[in-house]
Formats: sequence, C-alpha cells, structure tokens
Amino acid sequence: MKTDCIRDLLHAETTVEDSENRDFDSAFASDLMSDALAMIRNSPESTVLITGLCNIQALNTAEMLDIHLIVLVRNKKLDESIRNAARQKGIAILSTACTMYEACGILYGNGLKGISNAVNIL
Amino acid sequence: MQSIFYKDYEVVRDDFANAGTASSDIKRTLSTLGFQSAVLRRIAIASYEAEINLLIHAWGGNINLDVFDNGTVQLIFKDPGPGIPDLEKAMTPGWSTANQKAREMGFGAGMGLPNMKNVSDTFDIQSSSAGTTITMTFTEAPQ
Repeated sequence: MKTDCIRDLLHAETTVEDSENRDFDSAFASDLMSDALAMIRNSPESTVLITGLCNIQALNTAEMLDIHLIVLVRNKKLDESIRNAARQKGIAILSTACTMYEACGILYGNGLKGISNAVNIL
Repeated sequence: MQSIFYKDYEVVRDDFANAGTASSDIKRTLSTLGFQSAVLRRIAIASYEAEINLLIHAWGGNINLDVFDNGTVQLIFKDPGPGIPDLEKAMTPGWSTANQKAREMGFGAGMGLPNMKNVSDTFDIQSSSAGTTITMTFTEAPQ
C-alpha cells in the first residue's frame, strides 16, 4: 500500500512528505516505543509505525528500526524542529484525526496486514 | 582481537531533549564503517534502549563504542547508580519501574533489557548500588 493511499484512506494530512511514495505491506501500532523496538523485526522498511506518541522519540525509534513512515493519530502534530529532523532522516509523517483503533481498522480492512504470525493465521 | 575504532559518549542526567542522539550517531558511524543494515539495526535497537535507560533509570552515564578488527562491535553502558535492586525482575518482559516522564517519552513497557538481550550476540549485566554496567557484542553473522 502506497503512502498516498494510506493518506487518502485516513484522510490524513502530510506532515513530512514521502517523495518516493513508498510501498508498505504491514503496520504496527503502539504508543510504547519499546514495544515497537521489540516487535518489529522483519522488513521494517516496509512497515508503517502508527502511534499517538508525538515527540522526538517516535522519530528516533523509526530511525533505529529503518522505518520510513509514521502515522500520527488523534490529529497530533509535531513541532517544526522534529519535522525538519524527519526530513533529514528520510522519514515521512502523516497526521490523521482517526483514533489509533480507527486508523488500524481502516488500514487492516484495506489489506495492510499486521506483523505477527498470530495475525497472519487469523 | 584488536580495536580499530573507539568512541565515547556521555549521556547527561535528565537531558531528555537529546535522548537517542548517541545511538543515532553510533548507527551513522557504523554505517560509515561499512556495517550492513541487519546488524546495524540490532545495534541501534540495543543502543537506543540502553541509552534511554541511562536517562530514565540511572543518573546519566557513558557509552563506549568499540569496533574490533574481526568485525565485532562492542557497546558498554556504564552508569554511576543507583543500580538495579532485582536483576531477575528487571529482565522479565513487561516488568517496569519507569516513572511518568519515561512513559511520556514512550518508554516504560518493561521491554528494554529483554530487547537488548534478544538483539545482541552476547549480553552481560552487572549491577550494584555503585552503578550498572551492560556489555553487549554484535557480529555481522546472522543471529
């Protein structure tokens, strides 16, 4: 699923543009970055991080994991310094008014799968 | 085994604005030295978790990055205290003593130490009231 498609499905605002309009095949959602660091093992480059955590640590976590797209839920916005840092690190950011539950449901229902084996066998 | 690259980082107590800066530099530095993304990611995850721990659990500390001629990367995280009272509990996934500030930063899931152990090739932790030292090594070979 392309970044543009994710943006449209979530009626999201582009906070930091994905100039390559990358393709993603899975997503992980959490406000706890240690959970993201523990769980996202395979193909993080094609995994979207969905979070309500609106600070530099969401960006740092994405950088450590080689994640290229963060979706911020509940209409959260990052300040300019963090947006600039994201541009430098090549990490795109979308901001949606959806809650985390709604964002996950919409993306999952449109084919963006979860990352665990448990989800894959459902 | 001989060290071919060494760098030391200081993590200042309560300097939350710069949390992750050292780990970001470590990842960038090792990338420049030619390390590939799979091992880089493991190193970055472990380093970031440990760096955050220096801020949220310890009174700051130091990070030593050592690269050896056989391709092994060693990271040592050393803090001056207060130490971990119960190491067994601290190594249990989900167990956390993180405060409100740590949770605001997105940490406190109780996954830090287990994460470090999982992504490193060797993991050693020593702790007393005088401080905690975590030593981890990583090699290019698949885990």
